[in-house]
Amino acid sequence: MADELLKSTNLPHDPERATLEGKNKFLGFWFFLGGETVLFASLFGTYLALKNSHLDGVPASELYGLGLVFIMTMILLTSSLTSVYAIYHMKNNDHKKMMLWLGITVLLGFSFLGLEVYEFYHYVNDYGHGFTTSAFSSAFYALVGFHGAHVAFGLGWFILLMVRNRKRGINLYNAPKFYIASLYWHFIDVVWVFIFTVVYLMGVVG
Amino acid sequence: MSATANKKAGFGSVLWDYLTTVDHKKIAILYLFGGFFFFILGGLEAMLVRIQLIQPDNNFVSAQFYNELMTMHGTTMIFLAAMPLLFALMNIAMPLQIGARDVAFPFVNALGFWLFLVGGIVVNISWFTGGAPDAGWTAYTPLSIFSESHGLDYYSIGLQIAGFGTLMGGINFLVTVITMRTPGMTMMRMPLFSWTTFIASVLILFAFPALTVGLFLLTFDRLFGANFFDPSMGGNVIIWEHLFWIFGHPEVYILILPAFGVFSEVISTFSKKRLFGYSSMVFATVLIAFLGFMVWAHHMFTVGLGPIANSIFAIATMAIAVPTGIKIFNWLFTMWGGTLRFNSPMLFALGFIPSFTIGGMTGVMLGAAAADFQYHDTYFVVAHFHYVIVGGTVFGIFAGLIYWWPKMFGKVLNETMNHWFFWLFFIGFHLTFFLQHFLGLMGMPRRYWVFLEGQGLDLFNLISTIGAFFMAAGTILFIYNMIWTALKAPQAPADPWDGRTLEWAIASPPPFYNFKQLPLVRGLDPLWIEKTEGNGKMQPAEPLGDVHMPNNSFIPFVMSVGLGIAGIGIIYQVDNPMWWIVAAIGFIIFFGSMAVRSLKDDLGYHIHKEDFEKEGDGSNG
Repeated sequence: MADELLKSTNLPHDPERATLEGKNKFLGFWFFLGGETVLFASLFGTYLALKNSHLDGVPASELYGLGLVFIMTMILLTSSLTSVYAIYHMKNNDHKKMMLWLGITVLLGFSFLGLEVYEFYHYVNDYGHGFTTSAFSSAFYALVGFHGAHVAFGLGWFILLMVRNRKRGINLYNAPKFYIASLYWHFIDVVWVFIFTVVYLMGVVG
Repeated sequence: MSATANKKAGFGSVLWDYLTTVDHKKIAILYLFGGFFFFILGGLEAMLVRIQLIQPDNNFVSAQFYNELMTMHGTTMIFLAAMPLLFALMNIAMPLQIGARDVAFPFVNALGFWLFLVGGIVVNISWFTGGAPDAGWTAYTPLSIFSESHGLDYYSIGLQIAGFGTLMGGINFLVTVITMRTPGMTMMRMPLFSWTTFIASVLILFAFPALTVGLFLLTFDRLFGANFFDPSMGGNVIIWEHLFWIFGHPEVYILILPAFGVFSEVISTFSKKRLFGYSSMVFATVLIAFLGFMVWAHHMFTVGLGPIANSIFAIATMAIAVPTGIKIFNWLFTMWGGTLRFNSPMLFALGFIPSFTIGGMTGVMLGAAAADFQYHDTYFVVAHFHYVIVGGTVFGIFAGLIYWWPKMFGKVLNETMNHWFFWLFFIGFHLTFFLQHFLGLMGMPRRYWVFLEGQGLDLFNLISTIGAFFMAAGTILFIYNMIWTALKAPQAPADPWDGRTLEWAIASPPPFYNFKQLPLVRGLDPLWIEKTEGNGKMQPAEPLGDVHMPNNSFIPFVMSVGLGIAGIGIIYQVDNPMWWIVAAIGFIIFFGSMAVRSLKDDLGYHIHKEDFEKEGDGSNG
């Protein structure tokens, strides 16, 4: 039985849900994402309540540069697409291509994170917009920072999975792991869409 | 594996077994002892509070210590006593009731327990390091921002850790109910306790993240100079109240719904009748949970949200009385015409119905927004929530513990002592809290450490304190009963109460794999169906085969300890940056264990068919 789990031949089309453990993980992770939604909703609510409390600091409309944020958005959206390709190849039991697309996803994730670090650095040094500046700045960094921490965690997760499974193929044991990691990645992406709209667009336009 | 290890166990191996266990029945026992320890601690805090209020102008404890006592009493009882004791019942009963061999995520289940325990210990370390939290269990800002000791840092970090554990426990129960039911056990054939476990888990999933965020913001404000709740920096103190109660109100339903489930099981069993209005019970549970998310602002009527908001929340609040009323009548109709047996779980159920109804009635009174301006922050509120939480949840916990004790430990608790326990506790409870309604109406505010002479408050406070001693005496008797039973009581049969549901179809305590062959369920109250229409035993749904079991793991314990160390480091880095090293070590242990868990294949093991055949038929014993 145990050996069968680790074999990479004759996989069903949905290897992530072929075992009871896989099904449980799949379902449990969806529930977890439900809880995460409430977490980010609470942070969004806090941000919306405090976004005009910038005191003497720079208001949102003068702070955000949409150009950089637009590039970041495109990068993260693309990384979601590449993770879909990875899972597509997982379902076709093509280990090499899955790894390739996962690698591209990770690279895109790192470039997003790098740009976000640059963005924060820019705000702190050129605008004096630090975590402790005002209620607005605290709420901004809490919301966007929580998202950034999620991205960092997701990257670590992908890398760990890729390193662990670099020499063995897709099987019924690791397929659910890849699948839920990519679910997590999509969730991060969806949250960013809301951040882009509610924080940046509404910040500049509103 | 663990079964053979158990038989010849010394102390060391038993300890190791419990530190590494992923068996839901052992985790239930861990939750029971963890929760009961904190229950006693919270009880002692309550006793000191009541002794301080035994007479006017008393000087038994200082004002500061009083604040710490009443804060920690509330925090401990809600987060560290009631929740884990309910989790103990859920862990022991729910998987057996739905005919599962295990929960969906045994590892996560263990992790949930250890996170709760570490979180609880972290909160309580504050007693020894310069002062416990002192801003009330609700930790309202800005008071909690400006409290000077590290008490509230322990509060926010400790509850954060315990809260992660609860969230994981909730997700585990949700998936278990959905995927692990035995053949024939449809959702609408599930025993009501399993249903309420399921619904309470939904509430946990969607309520706890709001607390997570609230506690993070509080931590950021207190330890990292953020400004969420500091009005002078543009912050808004009401955000905390919203976040806290968006969590906090569903939390009270998380506490009461499983107790409703226990009473549904107990009343049905001891009335020898199936539960009256089963589907309406399920529907009422779902409805209470749904409405439970839209009433949080009734804790905030006096904040000044305006008449429209107050009216909407008042009406939503009163609407909850409807499904709850349906439940009360269903329990009464279950007893109607039944063959009643007054065993101690049944006594608690019978004591619960009038007590909880009083609590519900004062709940509707408090829900009337205009009247609430009078009741707000008086002893009327204190009396109300003790009537629902003690009269509902605590009675439910005791009923459930006595009812499922044989499933946990293989012995039935002494009935005579339990009867004494019930009457001491029941009388003491009403003595303590009934008069507090009137103290509140007379204007006595809650959370004050002294009251003045000659205000007509002396006698009622004295009686209230006497009542508290009755409850303490009852609890001591219950503890004595636990010890007596462990030492002297005979082995319990599989089905000591003439039960109706699946957990009574297997031995007490059950073998570690629960069901040798998964049972075939033919309807509601499956064991009862077999008793009346079959040969009294569950029919198997599958041939005898290999059974897959999860491996034990030490990682949940290590992970939790790591997070606890990290938390302590975070608390003290404001005093000395060197503490960042401690925090870093904690996080390395935490994330390192997580990585080990991810990297190491853990496929579990199999109990082979041949081993079962050697053992003989012990499952229906």
